[in-house]
Amino acid sequence: MSTIMENYDICIVGAGHAGCEAALASARLGLETILFTVNIESIALMPCNPNIGGTSKGHLVREIDALGGEMGKNIDKTFIQSKMLNKSKGPAVHSLRAQADKAEYTYKMREVLENTDHLTIRQAEVTELICENNIIKGVKTFSGAQYNCQAVILCTGTYLKARCLYGDVVNHTGPNGLQAANYLSESLKSLGVEIFRFKTGTPARIDRRSIDFSKMQEQFGDDRVVPFSFETDINSVQIKQESCWLTYTNEKTHEVIKKNLDRSPLYSGMIEGTGPRYCPSIEDKVVKFSDKDRHQVFIEPEGKYTNEMYVGGMSSSLPEDVQYAMYRSVPGLENANIVRNAYAIEYDCINPRQLNPTLEFKNISGLFSAGQFNGSSGYEEAAAQGLVAGINAAMKILDREYLILDRSESYIGVLIDDLVTKENREPYRMMTSRAEYRLLLRQDNADLRLTKLGYKVGLISKERYKRLCLKEEMIKAEISRLEKESIGANKEVQELLEKNSSTTLKTGTSLAELIRRPELNYETIKSIDKNRKELPLDVIEQVNINIKYDGYIKRQMKQVDQFKKLEKKLIPENICYDEIRGLRIEAQQKLNLFKPVSIGQASRISGVSPADISVLLVYMEQLKVNRRSLNGAL
Amino acid sequence: MKIDTIAAIATAVANSGIGKIRISGEDAITILGKIYQPKNNKKNIVEAKSHTIHYGFIVDQDIVIDEVLVLIMKAPNSYTKEDIVEIDCHGGILVVKKILEVIIKNGARLAEPGEFTKRAFLNGRIDLSQAEAVIDLINAKNDYARQSSVNQLKGAVSQKIEKIRKEIIHEVAFIESALDDPEHIQIDGYGENLLIKIENLISELELLLKSSKSGKIIKEGIKTVIIGKPNAGKSSLLNVLLGEERAIVTDIAGTTRDSLEESINLNGVNLNLVDTAGIRDTDDLVEQIGVNKAKNHLLNSDLIIYVVDATTNLDQNDYKIIDMIQDKKVIILLNKSDLNMLITEDKLKKVVDKTIITISTKENEGIDLLESEIKDMFYKGNISFNDQIYITNVRHEAAIKDAYNSLLLVKNSILDLMPEDFYSIDLMNAYESLGNVIGESLGEDLVNEIFSEFCMGK
Repeated sequence: MSTIMENYDICIVGAGHAGCEAALASARLGLETILFTVNIESIALMPCNPNIGGTSKGHLVREIDALGGEMGKNIDKTFIQSKMLNKSKGPAVHSLRAQADKAEYTYKMREVLENTDHLTIRQAEVTELICENNIIKGVKTFSGAQYNCQAVILCTGTYLKARCLYGDVVNHTGPNGLQAANYLSESLKSLGVEIFRFKTGTPARIDRRSIDFSKMQEQFGDDRVVPFSFETDINSVQIKQESCWLTYTNEKTHEVIKKNLDRSPLYSGMIEGTGPRYCPSIEDKVVKFSDKDRHQVFIEPEGKYTNEMYVGGMSSSLPEDVQYAMYRSVPGLENANIVRNAYAIEYDCINPRQLNPTLEFKNISGLFSAGQFNGSSGYEEAAAQGLVAGINAAMKILDREYLILDRSESYIGVLIDDLVTKENREPYRMMTSRAEYRLLLRQDNADLRLTKLGYKVGLISKERYKRLCLKEEMIKAEISRLEKESIGANKEVQELLEKNSSTTLKTGTSLAELIRRPELNYETIKSIDKNRKELPLDVIEQVNINIKYDGYIKRQMKQVDQFKKLEKKLIPENICYDEIRGLRIEAQQKLNLFKPVSIGQASRISGVSPADISVLLVYMEQLKVNRRSLNGAL
Repeated sequence: MKIDTIAAIATAVANSGIGKIRISGEDAITILGKIYQPKNNKKNIVEAKSHTIHYGFIVDQDIVIDEVLVLIMKAPNSYTKEDIVEIDCHGGILVVKKILEVIIKNGARLAEPGEFTKRAFLNGRIDLSQAEAVIDLINAKNDYARQSSVNQLKGAVSQKIEKIRKEIIHEVAFIESALDDPEHIQIDGYGENLLIKIENLISELELLLKSSKSGKIIKEGIKTVIIGKPNAGKSSLLNVLLGEERAIVTDIAGTTRDSLEESINLNGVNLNLVDTAGIRDTDDLVEQIGVNKAKNHLLNSDLIIYVVDATTNLDQNDYKIIDMIQDKKVIILLNKSDLNMLITEDKLKKVVDKTIITISTKENEGIDLLESEIKDMFYKGNISFNDQIYITNVRHEAAIKDAYNSLLLVKNSILDLMPEDFYSIDLMNAYESLGNVIGESLGEDLVNEIFSEFCMGK
């Protein structure tokens, strides 16, 4: 009996948001890539909420785009509503969020994948990793077919040993009733990989025709839509948008929930997995925040060609009958018909501490992983990791420099560093507050931060790179002009200041100083800025932000300088923490577990104190000195 | 672990007429430029050449603190291979400390124990064997840090700081949860609300800073109480000690006319001398108050110097004193050896089992024995030491000052009508600085606070 045996450079397991980015990156870099999915219809599936972006997640999408990823472009093609969140706040927390047409999103992504050179798509369940001496050699599928390769990227999402639950109903399936992947966990365990069990959940989908929207507040998209991708023509996204709807739970809803708590698998102990605190089920919210008499509920369309509506804010694992009672207690949902039940899903994932910042396993050469498999949650978090894993698997095979983004240059860097450095006990979600240098990591400057790196990797075209360089130059020139150009206290200036209720000038000042005033900006002083040239909008935006928040930005940049120094102090791979005199035992254990790459990373591990870091620094210098004298002796 | 500019007193425990403060790091010379005034008012110190000495004054916003010599050594030709400035001043713990404070105020950070050496090593300036010593130093610091954070901050200060931190993190968590979930949590107009809270916090930190200033001198030396009957020679002993050491003398406000407190540096050991009213039974009400005060001082002292008049026999009052000092660290001085002594060391030894030294304050005899005895006790650890604690307090003060400045920045941001997300930048800095005081790092505090306090998420 003969079985299939094929050869590829890279095998990618799973075609969700992580798998798609990984596959595209690897194939676009010229490596022969095969992408496995248990179901070809579920490519880039959005099994939970119908949004891409949101606070801090919008930043991730922009960064993916700046590096040459696909998510931003795909949502620009398929969104049905778009909003810039936090517009009244500082530029660092502006975040783009779009409602997607879910079906279209998957079709469009599939179209891109299917038309990418070097990329093969295969519907099959990968059941086993082939590994020799801790080096990955290939994968086997359920049918016994073998695919040899140099790198594997695991992007299995929530499919590993997945169980969907509501009430006492248990389905051994992945999301949406899709086939689970039941064998790979065992293969991983046999390779010594530490497995976690996490849990997440999703609300019901309700038939649009059964909803009374007159009892809800209509939520519109922005008048002028900003695209996610730096490459999307802004005019192409000014489309007719769909609405979302806002309603609230009430005392009655909460009563129904409280009365039936014992029937929830969450509270009966049937669920073993750890759920995310930021995405609580409605029963969690009612129990934990019992002082609140109502919670918001967002009714969001799942697409243009379906009547299914997503009930944001009410994920649940209560039994079917309770779900009906609960949803129908909400104004506007009195006659709601459920199309799909809410459910909780449990799945296997890994302790991401086992990964390097390249997303390669520390102990298994050539094995990479990304997405929910790494203990994160969210489409955007998954896509970001997929892109990085795809790039780094390719870099490894091509023997080129890895792409490691740090905390001071991107949210992606924060995301991956948090995953591989911190004790992760729940599905990880991005938040702007996790980024300590967030004033520098804005969604508006993702291209300026990352596109050069994307070009170096090979995912950004020469034209795009040149456009970026030009943009950079224009910004620099305009800032320096405004800093230098002084303006006198003449009548026109004073009148403009008075008009904007700004203090009048006593002596001359620079244009930049005026822009810095809270009540003024680049646009408001246009009439007194006689030497101003026409500049593209995105250049103006950068000029304004950089001048206006100059003081804050400079302070953060100073912090970044100090941060970078420690990040650059790399810890030798073969370091033996047990023989370092002066290291506390707890620090020794933690360092052994996490095996940090740099002193900077070591300093972020909980349980490693500043004094331990000093000891480590001194020890590393000793090593250096020893090596030097040893070399001298030889 | 920051790579920034550090400063420390280089002559912390040394018996010398001058004090030396060392600054190392990128900003060392810039900082000097801000606080140094040359004698001839012409030269700009920032442009001075490496390895040159300059004569001038250290000033704090135009107020002259001391006349100094300044030595400039530029990178890489210095001990740490960084820019180094050494300031030689007239010694005396107050002046040295004041200069250090001004340096820190202008941007340096107080060096950790052993940090200059560590930098020297890391920059390749010193060799392996010296490095071993550095590890020991750091280890010592590990223990010390544990000890000091536990011992020193058990009290009200740490509770206060915990409370302020809690308030700060709560505010940040609220801001952040609103930014993270703008459709659930409203934050518009929050600045006004926050301003009041921030102003309160600022004044609380201000109070803390003030209290650390006025209380420090008294608290930080070895509290040494001089007791004895009236006219045993207590005050003349004090004068001898002060005169000989030429130490900086401070009049501490708030001490009564009955107990005078002075700070001296004896062979590198800081002593806070309390000269008490003579202890005797009295009906005089005013004197009675003085006596009670003296007894109180005894209870809180680290070291007692009991002055006995050798020319009069022990009486009821002496026995009372001896009774009170049984369980204390005591040095007994048998004074007036220049006169006819009725009491001898042997005689006294039978009554009380403590170290006895015969002296004459008038002839300045035996004072050297007293000094070396105190020094011995200190270095053998018989009496608790002060130097490290002093440093730690300056460190705490610097951290509180940082937090204070960060909150001022928050206040400015609010007054400038900056968007709310700018508040959390400096609020978090304040939170972190205060964490340094009580030895807690940032970790996942914020994320935990957000999730536990605010309901968010879809």
